[in-house]
Amino acid sequence: MALKMVKGSIDRIFDKNLQDLVRGVRSHREDEAKYISSCIDEIKQELKQDNIAVKANAVCKLTYLQMLGYDISWAAFNIVEVMSSSKFTYKRIGYLAASQCFHDGTDVIMLTTNQIRKDLSSPNQYDTGVALTGLSCFVTPDLARDLANDIMTLMSHTKPYIRKKAVLIMYKVFLKYPESLRPAFPRLKEKLDDPDPGVQSAAVNVICELARRNPRNYLSLAPLFFKLMTSSTNNWVLIKIIKLFGALTPLEPRLGKKLIEPLTNLIHSTSAMSLLYECVNTVIADCCVCVKTDTCPRPPQLCVQKLRILIEDSDQNLKYLGLLAMSKILKTHPKSVQSHKDLVLQCLDDKDESIRLRALDLLYGMVSKKNLMEIVKKLMVHVDKAEGTTYRDELLTKIIDICSQSNYQYITNFEWYISILVELTRLEGTRHGHLIASQMLDVAVRVKAIRGFAVVQMATLLDNTTLLAGSGQHKSICEVLYAAAWICGEFSEHLEDPVHTLEAMLRPKVATLPGHIQAIYIQNAAKLFAAVLNGQQGTPDCQTMQESSQLLIDRLPLFVQSADLEVQERASCILQLVKFIQKLQHKEVEVGEEVTALFAGELNPVAPKAQKKVPVPDGLDLDAWINEPPSESESEDEKPVAVFAEEELRHARPHHTEVDEKELARRREARKQEQANNPFYIKASPTSQKDSTGVEHIPVVQIDLSVPLKVPGMSTSDKYLKLEEERRQRERKERGKKEKKKKKKREKRSGMGRRHDSGPESEEDIAPAHMVDIVTEEMPENALSSDDDEKDPNDPYRALDVDLDKPLADSEKLPVRAHRPTNILKSPADDGEVQEVPKEPKKKSKKEKRDKEEERKVRLLWLRCPNGEIQCTCTKSSKHKKKKQKKDKEKEEKKRKKQHGHSGDREGEESVQNGTLEEEPLPVCDIQGNLQNGSQVVVSIIFENKSTSFLKSMEFNVLDSLNSKLQRPEGSGPHDGLTVPFQLPPGVSNEARFIFSVQSIVMPQRLKGTLTFIVKADDSSTHEKLDFKLHFTCSSYLITTPCYSDTFAKLLESADLKGTSVRLQEVSLPFHHLLAKICFHHHFSVVERIDSCASLYSRSIQGHHVCLLVKYAHQTVTIDAKCDESSLLGNVLEEIKKTFSQS
Amino acid sequence: MVAGSRPTSCRNYRCWIERLNHITESKTLKFALEKTTEDMEQQIIRETFHLVSKRDENVCNFLEGGLLIGGSDNKLIYRHYATLYFVFCVDSSESELGILDLIQVFVETLDKCFENVCELDLIFHVDKVHNILAEMVMGGMVLETNMNEIITQVDAQNKMEKSEEATLGMRVSFVTVYSIAR
Repeated sequence: MALKMVKGSIDRIFDKNLQDLVRGVRSHREDEAKYISSCIDEIKQELKQDNIAVKANAVCKLTYLQMLGYDISWAAFNIVEVMSSSKFTYKRIGYLAASQCFHDGTDVIMLTTNQIRKDLSSPNQYDTGVALTGLSCFVTPDLARDLANDIMTLMSHTKPYIRKKAVLIMYKVFLKYPESLRPAFPRLKEKLDDPDPGVQSAAVNVICELARRNPRNYLSLAPLFFKLMTSSTNNWVLIKIIKLFGALTPLEPRLGKKLIEPLTNLIHSTSAMSLLYECVNTVIADCCVCVKTDTCPRPPQLCVQKLRILIEDSDQNLKYLGLLAMSKILKTHPKSVQSHKDLVLQCLDDKDESIRLRALDLLYGMVSKKNLMEIVKKLMVHVDKAEGTTYRDELLTKIIDICSQSNYQYITNFEWYISILVELTRLEGTRHGHLIASQMLDVAVRVKAIRGFAVVQMATLLDNTTLLAGSGQHKSICEVLYAAAWICGEFSEHLEDPVHTLEAMLRPKVATLPGHIQAIYIQNAAKLFAAVLNGQQGTPDCQTMQESSQLLIDRLPLFVQSADLEVQERASCILQLVKFIQKLQHKEVEVGEEVTALFAGELNPVAPKAQKKVPVPDGLDLDAWINEPPSESESEDEKPVAVFAEEELRHARPHHTEVDEKELARRREARKQEQANNPFYIKASPTSQKDSTGVEHIPVVQIDLSVPLKVPGMSTSDKYLKLEEERRQRERKERGKKEKKKKKKREKRSGMGRRHDSGPESEEDIAPAHMVDIVTEEMPENALSSDDDEKDPNDPYRALDVDLDKPLADSEKLPVRAHRPTNILKSPADDGEVQEVPKEPKKKSKKEKRDKEEERKVRLLWLRCPNGEIQCTCTKSSKHKKKKQKKDKEKEEKKRKKQHGHSGDREGEESVQNGTLEEEPLPVCDIQGNLQNGSQVVVSIIFENKSTSFLKSMEFNVLDSLNSKLQRPEGSGPHDGLTVPFQLPPGVSNEARFIFSVQSIVMPQRLKGTLTFIVKADDSSTHEKLDFKLHFTCSSYLITTPCYSDTFAKLLESADLKGTSVRLQEVSLPFHHLLAKICFHHHFSVVERIDSCASLYSRSIQGHHVCLLVKYAHQTVTIDAKCDESSLLGNVLEEIKKTFSQS
Repeated sequence: MVAGSRPTSCRNYRCWIERLNHITESKTLKFALEKTTEDMEQQIIRETFHLVSKRDENVCNFLEGGLLIGGSDNKLIYRHYATLYFVFCVDSSESELGILDLIQVFVETLDKCFENVCELDLIFHVDKVHNILAEMVMGGMVLETNMNEIITQVDAQNKMEKSEEATLGMRVSFVTVYSIAR
């Protein structure tokens, strides 16, 4: 041994350390990958050695490699080994590596729980500190649940260094395990008054972070924070508190008024710019609130002035922050910011991109009808100049945002806007092709007057396909063609030369476009074709018609061969149609009208939420089955939920009301009405459209003919800018004349309204070039006005939205772990224990009296024994198996005596009576499957000596059954006992492990056993015996194995699983408790959970898959299970049932 | 160093810190919170380096967050010292100017701990840099901003490490002497 250590030390001298590795990497620039792979091989060798120093060095190097981008997750287990070293040096290396590479999916994390707990309670504060730091990076929900209580204890540690870290990490724990928030909050609040500034700051930090997400729950802390704000001198704390107030004031306007004074004081007194800035920021927030309630004594003009000073500062950082704060004011006081337009436009020219972006944000709120064109023109110049694509893309989206905001409110000339969009398509490599495309579509569909113009522009775009598709590797811009093709097809009546456009749409080059665009091309080519036919109708020469059908027949076969299904399908469909039409044409049949009918009908825009808002009609139950579900679902698809169709919520009885004829007729009528209103419903005939929608009464205004409709080549928006200006001039003149007439009238009215009259031309004075006939988006009739659809159910902070003032309920206590980790939920066994505990002292005291005089009765073992289970994680090494155990116990001896007659009822354990001894076996043992060997089970038993005498020579023996045998050392007979390798002084407990070989695991097992031992007293010793039973439940043969939902689905699809189900009535637990309980007691892991439905998975030591689907509704739990071994499954379900029936 | 998380689920990360070398050969990175893949980390670093390195000397120290660092709530705050960039990524709950101060504290602490810190110190002692950072930022949240306190704790831990090394070192030297003697 000593030699080995010496050898290890010598090796260590020659090992590469981190510095050597770094040096090596630096000198192997050219073949870095090769060098590093050789290093990794070396590291793998080092990790195989026993010497912890060598291992730590290897892990340290791995950490560096991880930072260079190499995956080191394969060494996760070695990292855990180094973490558990007793030396601080190595421990720190281990935790650092873990914090770099562990994550929620790392399976060895489960092994670390006990190690971390040990480190947390270490007497050395730095061991604790390093564990807390590491844990903060890789805490998982499991770790959070198991360690929450330990960390909470550390919050009151004597050392401020530990307190500080413990307080801070609580935030991470809350996030992962929201149930801990309420129990831990009082202590967290206490820490706000901690004498140590670091701890106080950490507590403020955590509470601010929590309050930022759910401010309402923290309003009650406002007075406390107010006090802190006026007393604290720590700028960090002050900044946090002031930020917090910024979040609270919107909820409590009175707070704002109170704050103004201390904040102003701070602004005057502080020298720290950061604090000053935050104060201004919060004052702004206050004022914003005040405006809403009309109680603000002072306008934010003051703040704006201050911010202007910041923006004009030469320090770019202050300039940036000034603009940032300005944008906050903009939301509520657009006018006070608008007066600083000059400044903002000036910032657009700044060389700093961050500042330009901020200025852009501000512009959004500054545009008006009057200046929109001017501002956008300026932006377009920037677009041309912009070098990086990111900034250019940002500009592009901003231009579109600015123009399209509040339903195109500020656009007076849509021709100008279309030209802008067309100009934007010239940008190479932009990522926002789809954005431009959707704007084009939106405008063309919703602004009727512009369609003619738009179609012409789009036709030009289509003609330039080669230019568009050929340029740049970013294909995104070709999305524009999608819009162009659709607009040309849909509004083909505006096309000047449809045949030409048709030809342009069928060029072979089109086949290089993405599939969805090709599909649109083909569909719209058909529309164009219909338009051509219709246009030629009645004219004597049918040359054009025949030419265009020939064109389609020639060009379409290329698309029929497309790899894209959609393209192929549409192409072949339309090809056949055209062939048919050609035949008819030869027979000189008029087909134009029929073909046009294919595409008849008008499309109306529908509001994005329209579908959701359709109210569910009376008598319609969307959850009810339309047909009775098949008894055994064969169509098992990817969703695990769909797998078990068998049970269906019986309580959710469909309201199958008898529908009479009248009702049916009424519904039919309603449906027709609805279809008429539905723009996407293809109507039977174009005539039915007349009475349908409100499209007709939208005023369609003639296009101003001063604008040339045909623009050669690309249009330039500047032209429109000029035209628009001229038009406005003209209008102003005309108005000037009218004005004189109206003057009298106006004088009377003066003083009323007209607040915007700031410039030479007021907002209202600018009449749009077209009556802005923006078709509003349609909503279904009697739409529900619910607006709660914004919330994201996956928001991790939502779980933290809990009432913190409510007193704690017992069930909310954090899981405390006395000996073994217990679940927060009480297992049925725990319940039993609780009942028994109060009885014990009484019994003992009685007994003890007797004991004194009578023969020494030894109360000894607190034999922790079977029925217990283990979760065993799947690690590669069986030596380092980790167990999470659960206790379970048998009845105490005394009780057995009383209940002897019917002891079999409860948990079926019969006791073998032993008259002389008063043992209290409260056995907790872990039965743990051995992954390496499917037929082995490891039973860990804790022996606790509860007597006052010394116990020794313990011998453990079990009566083997045919199925299960205790593994005895070679050479011993089948009935020999095993010596327990330790002695027990009074009050001491120790753990021993025994290996059993099991042949079949499908049935639960009970093994009778005996423990013999010698009780040694001062004067004499006696030989005693204790009987017990080991209960191998089927659940204990299961091993918690994580399973991904896709593998789970595959598993269920495979035919060899047999299914069965159970139903549990009157379960009042919340669903997640229920799941936790099943996972905990029966070693399942949750694969997927959807509402009150979850799929669980586990594996037996012999590799049987067990899949569960648990559904919960109205206190009834239905468990559908599948397994490849039906009797195992039956027993497991039986055990689950028992678990719940006892709770 | 970078503390960050998967861009799609970036909402829960608070603060990442990044230190990039001009040559990007030594990057000390710390990603707090949910695990990103190594590739993603490298991509974020490349992108960040690309963004930061092309900025002029006298522009502001803030960069709006792109998609890669988790959207508009997050921004990059950096400081440039000679050939080194110190980049933090923070969300809106942190004070911008405060973080600039924090970087200053970090650099001064490094300077004290390494005695006139230079680039090579940071390259060769990545682990030490991490240990110092761990005393300032924990799990993406600012832990301590007082330089003296940070240095005290770092020193105390180094001392502990030294005392452990001393016992090991003695054994080694004993072995060396022994082998020579033989």
